[in-house]
Amino acid sequence: MNAPMSSPSGVYGVLAEYGSAQQLLEAVREARRAGYRALDAFTPFPVEAISEEVCDHHHSKVPLICLAGGVIGCLAGFALAYWTSVVDYPMNIGGKPYNSWPAFIPVIFECTVLFASFSAGIGMMVLNGLPQPYHPVFNVESFRRKASRDGYFLCLEAADARFDRSATRNFLVGTGALEVSDVEP
Amino acid sequence: MTELAPSRTDSSPAGDCHAEWKKGGAEATGLDLAAAREKLATRRGPAYWRSLEELSEAPEFGELLDREFPRFAAEWPDGVSRRNFLQLAAASLGLAGLTACTRQPIEKIVPWLKQPEQVLPGKPLHFATSMTLSGVAIGLLVESHGGRPTKIEGNPDHPASLGGTDAVSQASVLGLYDPDRSQHAARLGRIGSWNDFSNELAAALRAQDALGGSGLRLLTGPTTSPTEARLIGELRSRFPQAQWHRWDPLADAGRRHALAAALGVPLEARFDLASADVILALESDFLTSGPGAVRYAHDFASRRRVAEGSAAMNRLYAAESSPSPTGSVADHRLRLRPSAIPRAVQALAAHLGVAGVSASPPESPALDEATARWIAAVATDLAAHPGRALVVAGETLPAAVHVLVAAIHEKLGASGATVLYTAPLEAEPVDPLASLAELLADLQAGKVDLLLISGVNPVYDAPADLEVARILRESRGHRFHHGLYDDETAEYCHWHLPAAHYLESWGDARAYDGTASLVQPLIEPLYSGKTLSEILAAMLGRGGESAYDLLRETWASGHTALSAALSDDAFRKLLHDGLSAGSATPATVPALVSVTAVAAAASAIAALPAPSENDLELALRPDPSVLDGRFANNGWLQELPKPITKLTWDNAVLLSPRTAERLGVHGEQVVEITTTEGRKASGPVWILPGQADGVATVHLGYGRTRAGKVANEIGFSAYVLQTASSRWGSTSITVRKTGDQVKLATTQGHHAIDWMREESEQAAVRAVVRQASLAEYRANPNFAHGEGHAAGGLDTSVSFHPGFEYKGYAWGMAIDLNSCTGCNACVVACQAENNIPVVGKDQVARGREMHWIRIDRYFQGDIDAPAGIASQPIVCMQCEQAPCEVVCPVAATTHSTEGLNDMVYNRCVGTRYCANNCPYKVRRFNFLLYQDWETEQFKLQRNPDVTVRSRGVMEKCTYCVQRINRVRLAADRDQVQVADGEIRTACQQACPTRAIHFGNLNDVSSDVVAMKKNSRNYSLLEELGTRPRTTYLAMVKNPNPELAA
Amino acid sequence: MSLAPADHLIPKPFGTPSEVPVIAPGHSPASVTDKISSVVFGRMPLWFYAGMAVMFGGVMMLLAALTKLVFVGIGIWGNNNPVGWGFDIINFVWWIGIGHAGTLISAILLLLNQEWRTSINRFAEAMTLFAVACALIFPLFHTGRPWLAIYWLLPYPNTMAIWPNFRSPLIWDVFAVSTYGAVSLLFWFIGLLPDLASFRDRTKKAWQKRTYGALSMGWRGSARHWHNYESAYLLLAGLSTPLVLSVHSVVSFDFAVGQVPGWHATIFPPYFVAGAVFAGFAMVLTLMIPLRKFFGLQDFITMKHMDNMGKVMLVTGLIVGYGYLVEIFTAWYSGNIYEWYMMRNRVFGPYRWIWMSLILCNVLAIQPLWFARARKSIAALWIISMFVNFGMWFERFVIIPTSLHRDFLPGSWGMYYPTRWDFATFFGTIGLFMALMFLFVRVLPSIAMFEMKTLTTDARVKGGSHG
Repeated sequence: MNAPMSSPSGVYGVLAEYGSAQQLLEAVREARRAGYRALDAFTPFPVEAISEEVCDHHHSKVPLICLAGGVIGCLAGFALAYWTSVVDYPMNIGGKPYNSWPAFIPVIFECTVLFASFSAGIGMMVLNGLPQPYHPVFNVESFRRKASRDGYFLCLEAADARFDRSATRNFLVGTGALEVSDVEP
Repeated sequence: MTELAPSRTDSSPAGDCHAEWKKGGAEATGLDLAAAREKLATRRGPAYWRSLEELSEAPEFGELLDREFPRFAAEWPDGVSRRNFLQLAAASLGLAGLTACTRQPIEKIVPWLKQPEQVLPGKPLHFATSMTLSGVAIGLLVESHGGRPTKIEGNPDHPASLGGTDAVSQASVLGLYDPDRSQHAARLGRIGSWNDFSNELAAALRAQDALGGSGLRLLTGPTTSPTEARLIGELRSRFPQAQWHRWDPLADAGRRHALAAALGVPLEARFDLASADVILALESDFLTSGPGAVRYAHDFASRRRVAEGSAAMNRLYAAESSPSPTGSVADHRLRLRPSAIPRAVQALAAHLGVAGVSASPPESPALDEATARWIAAVATDLAAHPGRALVVAGETLPAAVHVLVAAIHEKLGASGATVLYTAPLEAEPVDPLASLAELLADLQAGKVDLLLISGVNPVYDAPADLEVARILRESRGHRFHHGLYDDETAEYCHWHLPAAHYLESWGDARAYDGTASLVQPLIEPLYSGKTLSEILAAMLGRGGESAYDLLRETWASGHTALSAALSDDAFRKLLHDGLSAGSATPATVPALVSVTAVAAAASAIAALPAPSENDLELALRPDPSVLDGRFANNGWLQELPKPITKLTWDNAVLLSPRTAERLGVHGEQVVEITTTEGRKASGPVWILPGQADGVATVHLGYGRTRAGKVANEIGFSAYVLQTASSRWGSTSITVRKTGDQVKLATTQGHHAIDWMREESEQAAVRAVVRQASLAEYRANPNFAHGEGHAAGGLDTSVSFHPGFEYKGYAWGMAIDLNSCTGCNACVVACQAENNIPVVGKDQVARGREMHWIRIDRYFQGDIDAPAGIASQPIVCMQCEQAPCEVVCPVAATTHSTEGLNDMVYNRCVGTRYCANNCPYKVRRFNFLLYQDWETEQFKLQRNPDVTVRSRGVMEKCTYCVQRINRVRLAADRDQVQVADGEIRTACQQACPTRAIHFGNLNDVSSDVVAMKKNSRNYSLLEELGTRPRTTYLAMVKNPNPELAA
Repeated sequence: MSLAPADHLIPKPFGTPSEVPVIAPGHSPASVTDKISSVVFGRMPLWFYAGMAVMFGGVMMLLAALTKLVFVGIGIWGNNNPVGWGFDIINFVWWIGIGHAGTLISAILLLLNQEWRTSINRFAEAMTLFAVACALIFPLFHTGRPWLAIYWLLPYPNTMAIWPNFRSPLIWDVFAVSTYGAVSLLFWFIGLLPDLASFRDRTKKAWQKRTYGALSMGWRGSARHWHNYESAYLLLAGLSTPLVLSVHSVVSFDFAVGQVPGWHATIFPPYFVAGAVFAGFAMVLTLMIPLRKFFGLQDFITMKHMDNMGKVMLVTGLIVGYGYLVEIFTAWYSGNIYEWYMMRNRVFGPYRWIWMSLILCNVLAIQPLWFARARKSIAALWIISMFVNFGMWFERFVIIPTSLHRDFLPGSWGMYYPTRWDFATFFGTIGLFMALMFLFVRVLPSIAMFEMKTLTTDARVKGGSHG
């Protein structure tokens, strides 16, 4: 979704920097009110409110993926234990029944957790489109320098229907940005 | 004397083995022989060497060693171990291309069960033969795989065996393959050939012809062999003046002398334990040592298998100084100093009113109140069983005691009933000690020009004051040594000639009861050894004749009184059976015991020194495992936990807890013993409950210097304490702490007395060994399941899930603790059958012995004066709900459809979790590469039906699954059921007392089911719900009510 | 589920004013970033390299010991019959225990939104991973044939057509410990992502830029990223919580499932878990105290952290002590002669001195933690934590060899004496653990920067989430 795209304007978007998370939050809200949809905010630490504004209060899909992983893991765990010790190669071990299900529980549990965790982790990566070797915003020097330290950025993307290079610039300046710069694609 | 140049000629029959001789000879010329001989003389440790390269440590040889055995680099946490020695032994022969010497014998061998044309690869054949000890034979069946004897079993038809064996004969198969056995004739320590020998011998004998052999002396062990006797007779007729001497460190002519004195003629006493109701053993371990022990144990046990209905059993009293297996199974055991025993016997005789013994024996400090009461009670009991009582006096007791015992037997009407007097078995019986002394005298007098020593090792095992070594060194004349090892005595002889092991020999001998038994080879001599008969033939100028010819001649010509001339067919039958049936020496009805002799004996006893309470006595006894030291180089016997002490790899100074306390010594502290004669020896103390107070028992057979890699330099020699006048001990010695400490390797008890106490107390609390008196048993046959026990008759078959059904066969085992004497035969049998490695002293000390059977020993009651000593063989219980299986992560141990707890070596990764979780601790782990993969000889010994386990895998008793499979496969092929008794595990087979029963639990008529139905049957730790397939039959003692309390 | 992240953003006043904050006042996102990255980008003092060299010496010793072991066999250790497990499994359980604090701090304390966790979780997680790595060495190399054990315990189709035995606690171990290791690694890595990104942007050196860049996978702190990130992180925390509790329970099954008196006890799972947390916190303190001093991180790892960790140690320690009491009581109350003898043998038997040291270290030595003065004294805390490190090792010795050496049949009793190779292997793993720690501190942010930033005043936004 954040993939860089060509646009008539020849830029990826316009990037504005703000002095604090608070200002950024306000700016995001204004941008949305102004009808911008293809936008993204950047903060050095998670700010729930901003995320929610940017994502328009959609819930993350990660939990669903995680749940699916867990269910699959659980079934896979039991299937493994049951098939190997009852179907494929049943053996009399200590006079215990072939299907000693109580003894299988630990393995089933561990498989559940393993699958669930990795679905959550990998799911998050995929949804975020990571790993992503290149992204246009890094073309902005101040972003490189401050985004992961103490910079708060808002990027309105050219992909947006309402995007107009100069108008958008002016709009951002109006939101009290410290500095506004074009983002080379 | 003059040096002979090493010869190039080669006339020995051993064919391929010869290349190496020539090589040795050839390179010899390029070597410094003086240096070599120097080394031989001075080197500590093994004086065994294969080639002059090794001796002179030519670099190539060293490199060769390193290449062959890289693992020697610091493999052992403590550096040196016995097992290294075992492996090092491979150095010589690993290179010798020995397999070339293992062809099938050329002579015809008659198979025991199957005809030769049935010889199939992988299908073992059994041959009958006999092993002799001190000349007396026990009949054996030897299992042979492709011409390699691998396992010794008893010959069921042989009266001395009845299918059982002892530990020593079980281990003898390892002796056959011992790489330390001498492998070529040697002259002055240099390789020589038989040819040179026979030339030199012939020359020497020619000189004797003129003198009528007055300069010819023969020194052998006692022999009962008709053939040897015949040849010696012939030698005598050629050399009338020649003398034949006998030596045997085990034998004491005391009993024979006594009988001669008491009954007028030299006689042999033999016992009938089967018909004895009351038995008194005086300083005698007749159940596990001495001729006929296996048969005695069998008969003895046959009277102790009590069951409901037949709840009658014999009663055994034992008075002994150091606990023996016999003492441990006794119903009443009295700890008595050796010096007190003669007086006890006198008291006994007095109680019984033996003529010639004063009714009131002189008061003696050695006989305290309790002892006197004990003797009185025993006397009453013996007297109450006329004709069914028996007194067995130990070999080591003075002649006077034996006279009194003979008189007592007469008084009890035992003569001819429980005691049978027969003509001596031995050819021309002599007193070995006197005989040896004569020879030494002649040697000193310079009367001996030519001495042949065969099969004895007096330099090591004769009483020290005879100074055999010095006399031999100083004496003139040719000395030839013929024996299995280039041993201590060989060192003092010009020639050493390798003897053939009995499994390589043709020959004959007589059993304890006189039954003529045949010795037939299972394999051609590995090291071109010769039998004594062949040597004798050579002396008669008949060098060409093989032992077989000589044997055949004896039996064809009716030379022996045992049989008329035998046709070839009859002889084949003889070989097939391994004995000549009905050739037992008939019992003679002896004259009455002469009262004068008895009186003389009584006064002799009165004259014996009576040590006071504080005197410390020394008792010298043969070692339970290696006897007089002749089996010292046998790794199996060295690692065998000795009965009661559970010591391995060492002998020790055995002291009772009280005595040790009095002397202020602890276990493993080295003490120096000084006898009244001023002889000294130092050895570690071992504290042994059940030992008589004031007695230090030391076992002979250790401290060898030229025995081989295994035995050299382990333990200490007790022969240095021996004098001709006091061979079996001395009445007053002093001990002094040297301040040294020695680590002794034991499998139980860990040298701490309180540890032994702890073990035994807990064993009692946990009802591990369940026991009752005969009276209690009659009153409550179910005592083994009583409330008193950890498992108060609980039903472990209750379970949430149905569990597995075992249709078809369900193997199980029952072990009758009432029959077990703890003689160790099963342990060695198992080791031989299942390729169990020897791990060495260090590893045993670390608790890593590999035996699949261990015999647990528990003292009962007060540890200072134990009321009893129990032996309990522990094998894998083959639990139906095996805790070991559940925890194995890779399913390497699982259950078979016949209920066996299978161990899959290939699958095992060695987590040792199974061993931890085994409540019986029967699993054994290969912590290091214990198996010897190099030594050619040991490869030959292995049982091809059993996996040779490698490093890092778990192993354990399998109920001899290979035997089960062999029989079951045959049965399946013939579509029949396996009959009861068809499958016999190695331990079961070896057991002289039939204590171990094995069979199919689904066959209601089987012997094992009958045993398990016995009310004495209980399972160990049954409350754990493991449902063991191996169960035990509780012990029942038959105490004398008079002595109870 | 969105509870915790929200709380990140609404910092609660730090209880009573008197109480020490979890981050020194006056810190801004910028200062946090600079301070923490300076540890990595600044120059290291000499003692650092010296210490690292020593620890690598330990690693070399470990390699030597293991090589000897593989070439010669388990026999170089003291293990024997009846004591099949000795140092090998003692050390395994000890390390696994230590490996519990990390996940506990990051997961459970996160769910309980204990902010003070923030500055120590990264470090504790790293410790977890390294401890698990050390632990994993033992179950593999204690086998007789490690070259087979390394893959025969895994369920994979093979020519023998045979599978592992899922009834065996050792198989449960394989699954539990490997899952724990994998999930902890994932959790740790995901936590590192934003900080790696900020390192990427901090460093001047091209190769470092490339390395950190690759590791951070192009993280750019986008609000959309944070959206999924927070939810994933919270889920992992939620999953790790039962996981961390299960791991040591499963390890305790190795014993609880067995027959051996002293192993066969139902109390084991809870008291093993408590013991693990106990041991873990002790080790965190042992390492954190010098670290914070040498790198001047007192601003982030404040006395409040010390105080809290002291409290956690006291509580878990008391649970462990209670476990000992219950063991003794049940042994007596069961009326089972084997259990009761085992207990008496622990206290009065040949290994009694180990049992006494255990009580001294794990029960007596922690009592000062009742008092704030002890919890606020760095020296006291460090000494007590060392006691606990030893104590927990003794506990495993008491449980394993002491139970095994005298079990059911007195005839099979024996003794256990470790050899120099046992010690070489044990100290070797300590060397490995410390060496990894040194590396970690040198190349990665040992304190979670982005989480610390959420504690700064700048992180406060008004009129936050509606919906």
